[in-house]
Amino acid sequence: MSERNLDTSPHVSDEIRKTTCYMCACRCGINVHIRKDENGKEKVRYIEGNRDHPINKGVLCAKGSAGIMQHYSPARLKKPLKRVGERGEGKFQEIEWDEALDIATDWLSDVRKTDPKKLAFFTGRDQSQSFTGWWAQQFGTPNFAAHGGFCSVNMAAGGIYTFGGAFWEFGAPDWDNTEFFMIFGVAEDHDSNPIKIGLSKLKKRGKKIVGVNPVRTGYNAIADEWVGITPGTDGLFILSLVHELLKAGTIDLDYLIRYTNVPWLVIDNPDGKDHGLFARDKDGNALVFDRTSNSIKAYNAKGIKPHVKGSFTLDDDTKVCPAFELLTGKYLSNDYAPENISEKTGVSANQIKRLAQEIAEAAFKSEVVIDQPWTDMKGEKHDKMVGRPVSFHAMRGISAHSNGFQTCRALHMLQILLGSIDCPGGFRFKPPYPRPIQAQPKPHGDGKPNEPLAGPHLGFLSDPSHLLLQEDNLTPQRIDRAYSWDAPMSSHGLMHMVISNAHAQNPYPIDVLFMYMANMSWNSSMNTAGVMKMLTDKKENGDYVIPKLIYSDAYSSEMVAFADLVLPDTTYLERHDAISLLDRPISEPEAMCDAIRWPVFEPDRDVKGFQSALLDLGARLGLPAMVNDDGSQKYQDYADYIVNHQRKPGVGPLSGWRGNGEQTGRGEPNADQINKYIENGGFSETHVPKEALYFKHANKAWQDFAVEMGLQDGHVENVFQLYLEPLRKFQLCAEGKAEPVAPDTHKERILNCFDPLPDWYEPFEGTGIDEEKYPYHALTQRPAAMYHSWGSQNAWLRQIHGTNPMYVPGEICDKAGLKDGDWAYVSSHHGKIKVPVKRMDAVNSKTMWTWNAIGKRKGAWALDEDAPEATKGFLLNHLIHELLPPKGDGLRWSNSDPITGQAAWFDLRVNIEKAEAGAEVSEPQFPAQQNAGFKTTDTVTFGKEWTK
Amino acid sequence: MTTLPASTNKKLGLVIDLDVCVGCHACVVNCKEWNTGGYGAPLGDSDAYGSNPVGAWLNRIHTFEVTPDDVPASIVHFPKSCLHCEDAPCVTVCPTGASYKRTDDGIVLVEEDKCIGCGLCAWSCPYGAREMDPVEQVMKKCTLCVDRIYNENIPEIDRTPACVRTCPANARHFGDFADPNSDVSIMTRERGGMDLMPEMGTKPVNQYLPPRPKTRPEAAPQITTPEPKAEGGLLGWVDKMLEAI
Repeated sequence: MSERNLDTSPHVSDEIRKTTCYMCACRCGINVHIRKDENGKEKVRYIEGNRDHPINKGVLCAKGSAGIMQHYSPARLKKPLKRVGERGEGKFQEIEWDEALDIATDWLSDVRKTDPKKLAFFTGRDQSQSFTGWWAQQFGTPNFAAHGGFCSVNMAAGGIYTFGGAFWEFGAPDWDNTEFFMIFGVAEDHDSNPIKIGLSKLKKRGKKIVGVNPVRTGYNAIADEWVGITPGTDGLFILSLVHELLKAGTIDLDYLIRYTNVPWLVIDNPDGKDHGLFARDKDGNALVFDRTSNSIKAYNAKGIKPHVKGSFTLDDDTKVCPAFELLTGKYLSNDYAPENISEKTGVSANQIKRLAQEIAEAAFKSEVVIDQPWTDMKGEKHDKMVGRPVSFHAMRGISAHSNGFQTCRALHMLQILLGSIDCPGGFRFKPPYPRPIQAQPKPHGDGKPNEPLAGPHLGFLSDPSHLLLQEDNLTPQRIDRAYSWDAPMSSHGLMHMVISNAHAQNPYPIDVLFMYMANMSWNSSMNTAGVMKMLTDKKENGDYVIPKLIYSDAYSSEMVAFADLVLPDTTYLERHDAISLLDRPISEPEAMCDAIRWPVFEPDRDVKGFQSALLDLGARLGLPAMVNDDGSQKYQDYADYIVNHQRKPGVGPLSGWRGNGEQTGRGEPNADQINKYIENGGFSETHVPKEALYFKHANKAWQDFAVEMGLQDGHVENVFQLYLEPLRKFQLCAEGKAEPVAPDTHKERILNCFDPLPDWYEPFEGTGIDEEKYPYHALTQRPAAMYHSWGSQNAWLRQIHGTNPMYVPGEICDKAGLKDGDWAYVSSHHGKIKVPVKRMDAVNSKTMWTWNAIGKRKGAWALDEDAPEATKGFLLNHLIHELLPPKGDGLRWSNSDPITGQAAWFDLRVNIEKAEAGAEVSEPQFPAQQNAGFKTTDTVTFGKEWTK
Repeated sequence: MTTLPASTNKKLGLVIDLDVCVGCHACVVNCKEWNTGGYGAPLGDSDAYGSNPVGAWLNRIHTFEVTPDDVPASIVHFPKSCLHCEDAPCVTVCPTGASYKRTDDGIVLVEEDKCIGCGLCAWSCPYGAREMDPVEQVMKKCTLCVDRIYNENIPEIDRTPACVRTCPANARHFGDFADPNSDVSIMTRERGGMDLMPEMGTKPVNQYLPPRPKTRPEAAPQITTPEPKAEGGLLGWVDKMLEAI
């Protein structure tokens, strides 16, 4: 056959515009190919990964590749909307922006003048939290947070409290040097492309990957070894590894003495009000026992060799011992022996022991040495960088439990005992981190009429006196009860409790609920049907219990239907954004990076980027930082803010091309900054000096670089806190020995859960129910090809994940008489759902699971009412209550971690029974909502304009 | 009836590494977005927002659960697209000459103007690698991105199939199997690359690298040098260590 006439060099695109993806939270660089159609209108021809970009280095996942269908989604909102039907129906009248912002101004100015806390402003999957938080601070309400409380605050707070870092945005494995990698739990949508790139590097080098997850999908499918753990027991598994490592003496003692607080002396005075606190000198420095002088010295005295063993008596007869004694005493206990935790975790003793040995082998027999001199913060010079090449990653899987904070701390303790934090082959900090709590803001509350808040809402408290309580020392200041006795160290707030508390008017009623990108009436809430009712409940006078609801979204989501006023946002290709070092940047360990989005298309609808709308609204409200002296609007839009706002002199949202255009990190605003970003592919990348590449927590060159770049204003000491004293302080409050005394209702759980050393306790939901009645676990996994609720409107992605069966372990199927294609009722202490069943064996035998957020409400996201997402798809959320089962103490406790308030989604306990033959429709079902987007078309033939 | 070339100058194709594929569907969707605006008719989607969305895709991932008796069950993600067979039955069965295999590089293509949509080629393909477009009713298949790999309008580094360029796990590789020294040939030799269903006699060009064996939970430690334990347990070890610090 001869060759046919075929053009192998066809025209591809007219122009490439480089911006940042927003199809999930990963924030990869993308090349958007633009090509005109037959009418000369610019359209997206193709989206590919940007090869120069620090995050994805050219690759792009399924979600990113489906961006075209998101950009042209029929669910896009077109114009501001005013509710005309009842809440939940989705009946709206289109209005002009002026009217919309006037309504919002009217509602909010009244609140600001009288009682600013009556505005609850929560911003969901917001990537501009340093901006939205600043806006809320200017408004003066104490009630602001984003979605961290229902996502992964345990991981972030556990890390930052322990070693001043965290996985994902603030740290990553040293993929090029690690010898052994262990990944825990659901992690597919956080750092998704970098993890896939990293795994392939390990595969290429033949290094071991271990997946710890009840479900053997995704990364676990290719892991060299799978640990099919029982949900909620990761902490126990980790502490058993610690037990084994301690028993074998395979820990890095030199590292521990240099960089951690294990030599610090802990007071042993069981009846005293200082029991368990660190002994300190008059300047507040913790004390250690110096082996050189055989005397007690401040931990930071020069030339000392701190001891880690023994017990000592201070001059005032106080008995003390190094924290290391307490640590080893705790974990060498047989309670953590592999044999004794095997049944609980579902992991064999042999597997735990062997993994501990493999970890030790990698850490101590395969040292990675980099020939790079560096100087530590004490001035000691080191001629090499020597690393323990063991690395870990975890995110929501171990985090979303009521014992998650302690579990995350346990994992970090394991890393630190191995000496593998920020060393070659271990975990590496990403700029601007490390940033321990003393370099973080404290939480700020109160809120007075017509005044900005004194500081940022969210932060890290180190002492019970920092709680945000009303004058009675009991009642929370915040509507979500963050930083109260319910959740003292709730660094990201508790978004999942806002609607429930506002509906209960406890601690107080609010007037306006204002939300952005948070699908609270569907997959982002526990107890979805309950939340829908809370949003529609009315008082006797006919007003809604939650009186006013403003919502901003780009798409016709389930939450839109409940809003009184809708501010339509743009798609990600039509907007400005700053992926800023002030909040959640895209740095890599070797480079400080930030990025922008810019309108590669102008919107063809009457929509505005939410942040621009917020600046307009702020000016209308006269918020101090948003108006000029003459009262006019200070920032014309978000791009203006990004370029010209300064958080402190010379430091703004973007680090690149400041001042005269050649300054990085610090410098005056530069009017040409955004153009410079666009010319550079949408991002800025500044390499960390070679001598600062590792040991950043103790590295002088790093500290100097961080100060020069405006990441911090001075050197910050970072001693890893294996023994976390703030937790012990809360226990003293619960023992009645320290002020403020914890309320009686909370004493027991603070004593039980606030161990200053990483601990494991049973997840709460399991202890509050009859385990025989609900013998199984149920949880969700994130599909790699779908992000939250955003994906189903996408004509391509919904063909990959249009339904979500309940994957049920073979053992449970056999017991319940279930086979593929059957329908079943799954029940919890709270609810019952009807689901399609699929048998699976590559899963923990007590755990059933499904994909997250595939199920949709009828009519939402511009899907037809008979779309499988609505008729067969389902949410586990209906089984999960925001409150724990009643315990008989007259209280209903939040289904959250008692330390941080993290939503305990994955504590869910269930039973399953076969559903009799009948309609093959998932339950519960809800009446359809009306689509506020476009009329859908039956067929999509995208690209026809350029093909035959 | 269409004839196959007696031999081709190159044998272009893919190596797909099943040891690395995490089943993320990046290749599937990137293939769709490149090709829907590229070679031939768009890859249509019928009932795109309705109860039964059906689209044409040139590459799909199938997920299998493997349940041997003696090791824990596992999951294999299996990407599948046209394998550009040397003895491609889809070509010889074509009644109009629309299906053909290129002599130069071995790529199997459909010349859409000649395709009558009879579907015989799809029936004859043992791999189910061809799909009738639900909107245009023309046969669609992987072109190995023939409009990318020689395309002088894109940078040289990008002249590779879209699925290969986008794969985050680097599980897909593109090259010439006729050259024994090409990356794909070497990889196939070193990792035991396999034909898919060789018994069908189609001589597929694409090769699959098998998953490497996994560690069983009950496997004994493979540590060669056991840890020295100090007398007096951990605290004895601490004393010994402290002497050196």
